[in-house]
Amino acid sequence: MAEELKKDALVQIDYKPPKKGWMDTPVEFRHGTYIYPARAKNLKYLDLPNPREWSPTDEDWKLPENWKEIVINGMKERLDKYRSFKVYMDICVRCGACADKCQFFIGGGDPKNMPVLRAELIRSVYRGNFTAAGKILGRVNGARKLTTDVIKEWFYYFYQCTECRRCSVFCPYGIDTAEITMMGRELLTLLGVNVNWVIEPVANCYRTGNHLGIQPHALMDMFEMMLDDIKDRTGIKIEPTFNRKGAEILFITPSADYFAEPGMYTCMGYLMLFHELGLDYTWSTYASEGGNFGLFTSHEMIKRLNAKMYAEAKRLGVKWILGGECGHMWRVVHQYMGTLNGPADFLEEPVSPITGTKFENAKSTKMVHIAEFTADLIKNNKLRLDPGRNDKLRVTFHDSCNPARAMGIFEEPRYIIKNVCNNFFEMPENTTREQTFCCGGGAGLGTDEMMEMRMRGGMPRANAVQYVHDKHDVNRLTCMCAIDRATLTTLMEYWVPDVKVTGIHELVANALVMKGEKERIVDIRGEPLKEEKGGDNV
Amino acid sequence: MKILAAFILVLVLAAIPYAGIQYAGMTTVFGIIIPYAAVIIFIVGVVYRIVKWARSPVPFRITTTCGQEKSLPWIKQNKLDNPSGTAGVVGRMALEILCFRSLFRNTRSELRDGPRLSYGSTVWLWLAAIAFHWSFLVILIRHFRLFSQPVPHFINVLENVDGFLQIGIPTLYITDILLLAAVLYLLLRRIALPQIRYISLIADYFPLFVIFGIGLSGVLMRYFYRVNVIGVKELVMGLIAFKPHVPPDIGTLFYIHLFLIATLFAYFPFSKLMHMGGVFLSPTRNLANNNRMVRHINPWNYPVHVHTYAEYEDEFRDKMKSVGLPVEKE
Repeated sequence: MAEELKKDALVQIDYKPPKKGWMDTPVEFRHGTYIYPARAKNLKYLDLPNPREWSPTDEDWKLPENWKEIVINGMKERLDKYRSFKVYMDICVRCGACADKCQFFIGGGDPKNMPVLRAELIRSVYRGNFTAAGKILGRVNGARKLTTDVIKEWFYYFYQCTECRRCSVFCPYGIDTAEITMMGRELLTLLGVNVNWVIEPVANCYRTGNHLGIQPHALMDMFEMMLDDIKDRTGIKIEPTFNRKGAEILFITPSADYFAEPGMYTCMGYLMLFHELGLDYTWSTYASEGGNFGLFTSHEMIKRLNAKMYAEAKRLGVKWILGGECGHMWRVVHQYMGTLNGPADFLEEPVSPITGTKFENAKSTKMVHIAEFTADLIKNNKLRLDPGRNDKLRVTFHDSCNPARAMGIFEEPRYIIKNVCNNFFEMPENTTREQTFCCGGGAGLGTDEMMEMRMRGGMPRANAVQYVHDKHDVNRLTCMCAIDRATLTTLMEYWVPDVKVTGIHELVANALVMKGEKERIVDIRGEPLKEEKGGDNV
Repeated sequence: MKILAAFILVLVLAAIPYAGIQYAGMTTVFGIIIPYAAVIIFIVGVVYRIVKWARSPVPFRITTTCGQEKSLPWIKQNKLDNPSGTAGVVGRMALEILCFRSLFRNTRSELRDGPRLSYGSTVWLWLAAIAFHWSFLVILIRHFRLFSQPVPHFINVLENVDGFLQIGIPTLYITDILLLAAVLYLLLRRIALPQIRYISLIADYFPLFVIFGIGLSGVLMRYFYRVNVIGVKELVMGLIAFKPHVPPDIGTLFYIHLFLIATLFAYFPFSKLMHMGGVFLSPTRNLANNNRMVRHINPWNYPVHVHTYAEYEDEFRDKMKSVGLPVEKE
């Protein structure tokens, strides 16, 4: 666990690369820096290749007999299918502008975590097999042969990348390491070289509709608990509906939101907000996951998992879909869903039933981000808010990678936060908005056995939080992502223990003045609203 | 090692025309055949590479958004860093290609005691890149004097602007200095920064040495060892009119210059220099972020196995009924 890692030792980072060239430096699997392999039963459930039990520390990874052929054919197929992959294999000039933009390089110093070198891991094989110069000149031209050591290196470093796309912002050609990592992971998937932290959620999601494998009756129990807590804190009994046909809106959020703290408080925020609005909406136990770990597996898996969103919307006959606070879910919904699972011509162009606002920017995909929805409500004075109820909180906001760099949703969350609390402080500008740092645990890295890498990769984010904590006494880190709410919690416990993590709609829930509510003396967590005196100032 | 290899390679390349002209008098080979061959390789190669890229489709619209999205009408969109339409994309690409917008964002991170990470903006790489590429372009355009008769007016204007310092005879061109200085900076940076040295290939040093060699031989010809410019123009005009002939006594230095240029041209399509074409085709930059507004079509979007609601209900029907969830089949 994180506590065993000494902080002082962790920050002794030597950025100087080793003397030996990178092609001659084989990967070393050290505990805390790699993820356990996918269990055979999960691969089998998904009909994915080469299910078996193995370990990265084994000499023999039990690859299929013709593994080389599989990888080379797989590369060829992807070079023909994705212009991004092909162009990014060819045009990098190795200027190195990306090097210190990656949180894993900043926090770890391993040169192969410089985005340029992460891509060279695969480019070298590309040159050796697909370019004339590489075939003839070999290493002189930066080409190398495909060996099992290369596969091991790919596995290690493509699972030390969170596909956050920060480097892509700085690259003069927009080379997107997420694209490279996704291809690398797809090729590894062809060999059955996967991590369980990704494949088990994928298998769960395929079967039960959500990553955590929550079955419908258990899901109802979890909601029961949250609804009891809401009644306890506000005096209001909320009765949401599930799998209801004919509702106007289908609401989909990551399962982590209703599974555990602190995501649960955000989920309670949604429930309270929708109740207060009298929104005609339904939850679904089948489409009970907004996230999509398919994104961390293969493009095909994105489509296989995401199909349920439109399928369920169609079955229930809703008009449009509203989506909760999540990071990679929104990369999928915004950049992939319409293309892969659309056209959504059975839905209507989204219109807020409360304000009448047409969400023009979602008129094709027909799915609206909750921050867009709530910001519109506040702008139109549809909510009674008492930001004073959040006064004991001194809040900063972490832009999650995907909403930041795959959507550009920056102002909506800030507008909401500023309307529901009085003490808001931005982190330094090189660490927010399009330059935001990753939590260190995205893209399927957020598992305990990966703790050292997570604490390293999360260090730049934590360091910026530390800065506003020292300067402005910030004690709450807001984010708009379910993975963040889990991984940042661990990160803060390690680096900045005084800061707790929260979703935006938890802050909304605290500030929301509800019709018929009892005097609010505790916040949505059940903690006193004010530290000094007991009451509140409603 | 790699640096030395690239350097020696370029020295050898420079020695080839020197030997060929000085000792064998092969003016036709170096003045006509090689330049023609290099131009053919360049054109065919570049077209081939771009067609090859273009033949792969763009299955997803994966714009990297670097500013506020278009959403609610009262929220100000950043139209250049997060364009939602063609005009914005053109603007974004223009900024990228003409001003190296993304490189301008460059920062340098530093880990201090505490630990405290700081990020300072650093413009040196951007400045060198801008100086290098723009000088190269201006010098290239200035060379059109050799390709045209009469010389177009704008070339005279460009020369006057480039030489506005009016130092020396012949007048010193600023771009000559800038190009050599920028190439030298890019080279020294590659050698001096341990991380950049670590990622560098021979293919990274080689073009820098070649371009430095081209610049140096050009400068030597102009300012120090004058060659027969009238003869050079005669040769070039003959080449572009497809009536090639080699005037006598042009000077060996010119053939070195020309041979290095031919090398660069012939090398171009096989190398990272293709970033010149590739930057236009980068999907994170050249697509509008309008994914939820306009459906992007993937030409190979094939059907996949999914877990249907019916299968889901079949497995969980009893459990669903036990908590009062509606089901399709009783």
